[in-house]
Amino acid sequence: MNAVVMRLALQAVVGRRRVWLLVALVAVLLVVAFLTRWGSGGREESTAAMMVNFGIGTLVPVMCLLIGTGVIAPEIEDGSVVYVLAKPLRRGAIAASKLVVAQLVALVFTVGAVVLATEVAGDADGQLAAAFAVTTALASLTYTTVFFAVAILSKSPTISGLLYALVWEGSLAGYVPGVRDLSVRQWALAPAERMLEDVYTVNVHSDVSITMGALLMVATMVVALVLAVRRLARLNVRVAD
Amino acid sequence: MSTLELTSVSRWFGNVVAVNDVTMTIGPGVTGLLGPNGAGKSTLLAMMSGFLAPSSGTVTLDGAPVWRNPSIYSQIGIVPEAEALYDAMTAGQFVEANARLHGLPQPREAARAAIDAVDMTFAVDRTVGTFSKGMKQRIKMATALVHSPAVLLLDEPFNGMDPRQRMHLLELLHRLGDEGRTVLFSSHILEEVEDIAGTIEVVVAGRQAASGDFRSIRRLMTQRPHQYAISSSDNRALAAAIIADGTADAVSVSADAVVVQASNFGAFVHALPRLALSHDIELHDVTPADESLESVFTYLVSR
Repeated sequence: MNAVVMRLALQAVVGRRRVWLLVALVAVLLVVAFLTRWGSGGREESTAAMMVNFGIGTLVPVMCLLIGTGVIAPEIEDGSVVYVLAKPLRRGAIAASKLVVAQLVALVFTVGAVVLATEVAGDADGQLAAAFAVTTALASLTYTTVFFAVAILSKSPTISGLLYALVWEGSLAGYVPGVRDLSVRQWALAPAERMLEDVYTVNVHSDVSITMGALLMVATMVVALVLAVRRLARLNVRVAD
Repeated sequence: MSTLELTSVSRWFGNVVAVNDVTMTIGPGVTGLLGPNGAGKSTLLAMMSGFLAPSSGTVTLDGAPVWRNPSIYSQIGIVPEAEALYDAMTAGQFVEANARLHGLPQPREAARAAIDAVDMTFAVDRTVGTFSKGMKQRIKMATALVHSPAVLLLDEPFNGMDPRQRMHLLELLHRLGDEGRTVLFSSHILEEVEDIAGTIEVVVAGRQAASGDFRSIRRLMTQRPHQYAISSSDNRALAAAIIADGTADAVSVSADAVVVQASNFGAFVHALPRLALSHDIELHDVTPADESLESVFTYLVSR
């Protein structure tokens, strides 16, 4: 891991206009949370439904897309990644440094936003906030790694990522049985289901067991990281026209 | 002393062969990689800098493979083609970041020295985003030099430079070559390469066309016979006169033109008006054949 790479990655993701987009997304979530409270009177069932489908299902993956790609995609696109690659650094170290920064920033934004929104929308003694915090943290770690890999592997990472985040995770994973088993959203919700067992008003359900969910998330992250590092080692940043 | 060795290197992209069985050794001093656009210079440079794998053959630096070997970058300096730099940083910060990435023991001093070497000291605290193209080019050069590499690879570095910038770069490369570094730069302009390259490697259509010092390359090129297409009021009579005169190597006649090949073109261009006058022939058009670098290079390859 390299401190300079980390510093550059942090500047890239927080220093650019991208960060305002993130702030805007958080604001959107809070507005929706407020509307939920206004419409439901603060009932936790409504909060849970909104958070699972919109907050965790849609907004979290989109934020992780912005952050996960933000630490590397712009540099690959404009070619300035060569300044990091033409150095005696192991590609794995470069990838790890950037990814760690992305993970930390993502955790702050996603978990922070979700916890805040849950409280705004209406909670049951903080139980929802705790459960969703765990879910969001797990989802964030997984999504950020996946989108980091997509940024390196794909020529149009934003489009691919958005399609996946909005269509697969945001929509289909809400109700198509087969898709549910293969969605990060469901894997990350497994612990929340357990944590909210006693809150009988709320029905948060996950299609997979906690163990299965954890295994799948770890496997996904490992595969994504391996593919990403391999591709990074072969990246041809054209030396010229 | 660092030597880049290419051994039977080929690179193809699907059906297109960009580099075809090239073997060359680039040693200390300044070497120019000369060739028309599309000759494969950039592909060669990409392979030499470890960013592209050869489809066959090997590229090594002092025996160590360049591909998938990041440790090589402590000995290689690359001037990247990318226009974009880290725009938000100052020149000093940017070069220093590069120095730190190299793991240099005194990054700030090294950065300062590199910036001085490219004459950018005046702009060390200015944001890179405000720089002109020429200034960015010099900062890129500074990042390539900050770790004092034994090998320097530059792709068409003189492109878009004004005469003053050119002179500066020439001096810099000359100095680096004198210091014993291995400097390789590519160009499609012979004059650029002639100015400082001790050795010239000519590449055409993916193949190595010629190799040597600039005098021998020049000689090879000037040995090429010059071609002229002439149209006149009486092509046959003119052709006969030229053949009889003896200044041309080969003459061919068609309905609309006389095509003449002359290696001693100086004598020929003096003889032509004289012949036309004495045979009462009107010259309508005298066109030298394609003098482009392309045709010169093609000639070199076909030798």
